[in-house]
Amino acid sequence: MKLFEYMGYELIEKIKNKDISVQELLEACFQRIEETEPLLHSFVNLSKEKALEKAESQDRDLKQGKKIGALYGLPLANKDLICVKDFPTTCSSKILKNYRPPYNAFVIKRLIQDEGAIHIGNTNMDEFAMGSSTENSCYGPTYNPWDRLRVPGGSSGGSAASIASGQAILALGSDTGGSIRCPASFCGTVGLKPTYGRVSRYGLVAFANSLDQIGTITKCVYDSALMLEIIAGKDPLDSTSTDNKVENYTEELKKPLDKKVIGVPEEFFGEGVDKEVKSIVKKAINRVEGLGANIINISIPHLEYTVATYYLLCMSEASSNLARYDGLRYGKISDNLSGDVYDVFNRTRVENFGSEVRRRIFLGTYALSAGYYDLFYIKALKVRTLIKNDFVEAFKKCDAIVCPTMPSTAFKIGELINNPLQMYLADILTCSVNLAGIPAISIPCGFDSKNLPVGFQIIGDYFDEKGILNIGYNLEQELGIYRKIAPVRKGGN
Amino acid sequence: MSHQDNDIIIGLEVHIQLTNLKTKLFCSCSNDYRGAEPNSYVCPICIGLPGTLPVINKRAIEFATRLAIALNCKINESMYFFRKNYFYPDMSKNFQISQYNKAGGKAFADGGKITIKLNSHKKDIILNRIHLEEDPARLVHKGSIATSPYTLVDYNRSGVTLIEIVTEPVISSPEEAREFLKQLKSIVQYLEISSLDLEGSVRVDANISIKGYERSEVKNINSFKEVERALRHEIVRQKNLLKRGKDLIQETRHWDEKRRITISLRTKEFEADYRYFPEQDLVPIEIDNIFIQKVKNELPEMPNERSLRLRRDYNLSEFDSDNLVLDKDIADFYEEGVNSDALFGPNEYKQYCNWLMNDVLRVLNEQNKTIKDTKLHPHQIVDVIRYINEGKITTKIAKNLVEDMIDGFSISEILEMKGKKRISDENFIRKLSNEVIQENSQVVDDCRDNPKAIEALIGRVMQKTKGQADPHITRTKILELLKKKRIID
Repeated sequence: MKLFEYMGYELIEKIKNKDISVQELLEACFQRIEETEPLLHSFVNLSKEKALEKAESQDRDLKQGKKIGALYGLPLANKDLICVKDFPTTCSSKILKNYRPPYNAFVIKRLIQDEGAIHIGNTNMDEFAMGSSTENSCYGPTYNPWDRLRVPGGSSGGSAASIASGQAILALGSDTGGSIRCPASFCGTVGLKPTYGRVSRYGLVAFANSLDQIGTITKCVYDSALMLEIIAGKDPLDSTSTDNKVENYTEELKKPLDKKVIGVPEEFFGEGVDKEVKSIVKKAINRVEGLGANIINISIPHLEYTVATYYLLCMSEASSNLARYDGLRYGKISDNLSGDVYDVFNRTRVENFGSEVRRRIFLGTYALSAGYYDLFYIKALKVRTLIKNDFVEAFKKCDAIVCPTMPSTAFKIGELINNPLQMYLADILTCSVNLAGIPAISIPCGFDSKNLPVGFQIIGDYFDEKGILNIGYNLEQELGIYRKIAPVRKGGN
Repeated sequence: MSHQDNDIIIGLEVHIQLTNLKTKLFCSCSNDYRGAEPNSYVCPICIGLPGTLPVINKRAIEFATRLAIALNCKINESMYFFRKNYFYPDMSKNFQISQYNKAGGKAFADGGKITIKLNSHKKDIILNRIHLEEDPARLVHKGSIATSPYTLVDYNRSGVTLIEIVTEPVISSPEEAREFLKQLKSIVQYLEISSLDLEGSVRVDANISIKGYERSEVKNINSFKEVERALRHEIVRQKNLLKRGKDLIQETRHWDEKRRITISLRTKEFEADYRYFPEQDLVPIEIDNIFIQKVKNELPEMPNERSLRLRRDYNLSEFDSDNLVLDKDIADFYEEGVNSDALFGPNEYKQYCNWLMNDVLRVLNEQNKTIKDTKLHPHQIVDVIRYINEGKITTKIAKNLVEDMIDGFSISEILEMKGKKRISDENFIRKLSNEVIQENSQVVDDCRDNPKAIEALIGRVMQKTKGQADPHITRTKILELLKKKRIID
């Protein structure tokens, strides 16, 4: 077995026991990157030199018997919208090309500075996290490691592809309407979106700030639990982060599922969901039942309104969040400075935002405008409350909800890019979770007839990451497919 | 067409920087940016770098609570901030975090009032609301904005706390507006939330209309003093238009402080749509009664309470006490002064008040200083009063000493320096008094039925001695001479 094929928690043990050096592990990952990156394009910027330097100094510290962090020496791929001090953090947008933040995001400080993970680079994404395919990137698309003709999902497509292919051991993503779970599902990795407020957003470049949440993409549930233990908790710099107790997620994983009540919402298995996906997920639900859980039917009646509600809110928020990119203080400014300040602002934004970002700014601006605000924004907030209540009601009856993560397996590159509405509908099974602010995890539960991974989504009650990790871990062990590394073949599948 | 004052409708929006805060509204940068190197008091949060989030300064909430209590506003129990969206180079995020009382939002506090007195007539200026918001950056131009070849942006001010006080449109004249702002300034000073004498700490927008016509909003009035001036100008402008048979339109105008005129910025149809919506990076602010009660209990004595007490304790008139308490530093000075001499009684209290409010304030105004800018000590005025009452100097001489006193010199030092010791040579004064009586037969005649005319004669003697004759001796000598001549009994 090659080093990049191991799980994160296994590698930590090897490093601790001095079976391997940090440098060996880093070299293995960079070797894998060298082989596969031309085929995948997971990364937008690599930090090889600095990472190898850190590996060397970590090996030295280890020899000297210094105390080591919980993620000591583990190669971490970071989504290109989480700020890393002095490293280009560009949101895969021309407008932030070469922008280097002067500070570290909370999660970067925790994982890297405090616990010893090694930042190996930033991963590709849909520009400003707007998309479900990683095609909307100023750097060009990322390719699905299982089939290069297909998208890796998005917006955290680079992070998921890097984990699925063994380029990195741990990855960070962000999830606004499914941006962690969708690529996790398409690439056959584990993707965890925690409760809104569970992880500080300080240093996460905002797309839609009432929905955005940082989360993890890993090969297995244990590694996600390990990362969550570190990044969860109150941060004084994020008022919306909460001081709910951070639990020992890794310890709780292995508990049996006896007497757990698991709800299956019929609406999540509706017409738009691919038959093969449905059947693979249903089989996985049977396995969960076999593990001792009690399966019941539940209902999320307002599911059909979630996509409309979600897009109204996220576009409205985005139109304001992205207003700051005018080229005046940082990022790119138009070469043509003629006219007044508004001419320059407009030109800068038109030249440097991609078309999907512009579409969303337009629609969001429209929805917040005088006369439309009540009709669109306020109404969407009301529906959001109804959706939230659906989940609150559901969790009175069950401990967790299970369903497919995505209505299909990975689609082809270019297949939906000119059909934004169809692309938006791909979020139907994920975005209600963000509207409610609850946690969810996607784990691989099988492969379809095209040998593409199928994602199994487990949705939990507020701050019950412990519960969904526990179910995910049990199912993952039961299925036993999590060690598969994507082959990354030239050409298509 | 003529318009009475009751035809004029004015509403004010007063923005006050809470300069007494240590840090900005949403980050821990220093609030005390004045005089600092441009763009040195900034951090990723207040320059709006990607990924940063605001965190509310709890002290700002406390300061706003103080003001709301003092103005009798109703504080909202739960509220959240809004984003006011518009593009401008002074905005680091191209939106301003503010509060909004529409679209489901609430102001920090609603209602309230300030009572003003004008020509001994009392009036309540009713407030609409007060709310908190962040100050944008400062734009710096070379010369005027119109001709400057560049605009510089200094983000030191970006994110400083502003509190906005919005009145109902109930102000009927520029004088009322002036009195309102005077009282507001005084209250803010007593609450120790802001020093409004600091440059740029105040900005006022004024809505002005003549009853039955469209209003204009005059923006960018950068000091309380300018408000009265801008209002006068705008009222005259509107009246003149009506006189010429023209119509008034709803528009936003800019007060040009240098030229002292208002200039049209934009008309109603070009008003920005600010697309207000909730700022969800901040959690709602909850203000409970326990907190309000705590802040209330810690409030200092307010100017109106103090005025009542000064009337009671020092036997002052309402006019004197109201004037005295307006500036807290002056009132503190007064009380320290009059309490430092145990022998002071009602006469001296009044005398001290006159000295402070007339003579000292006149010089301060001339020199454009506040009492704290000077070295004047309360005890110096006590000395002046003693010297006068003991006949050591005349009132007239004393008045000429005020400037030196403000520079910190004691009376004896000043008298020493100027060599202006009193002339108390009785023979010399008798001789001068005799001359004066001979030269002013008409005044002497007046003394028969008007005792006050004697003062005029004393004044003439003073004139001849450049104010150095001992006033007591002079009076005695003149009375002696007049008696001798049988002018008086």
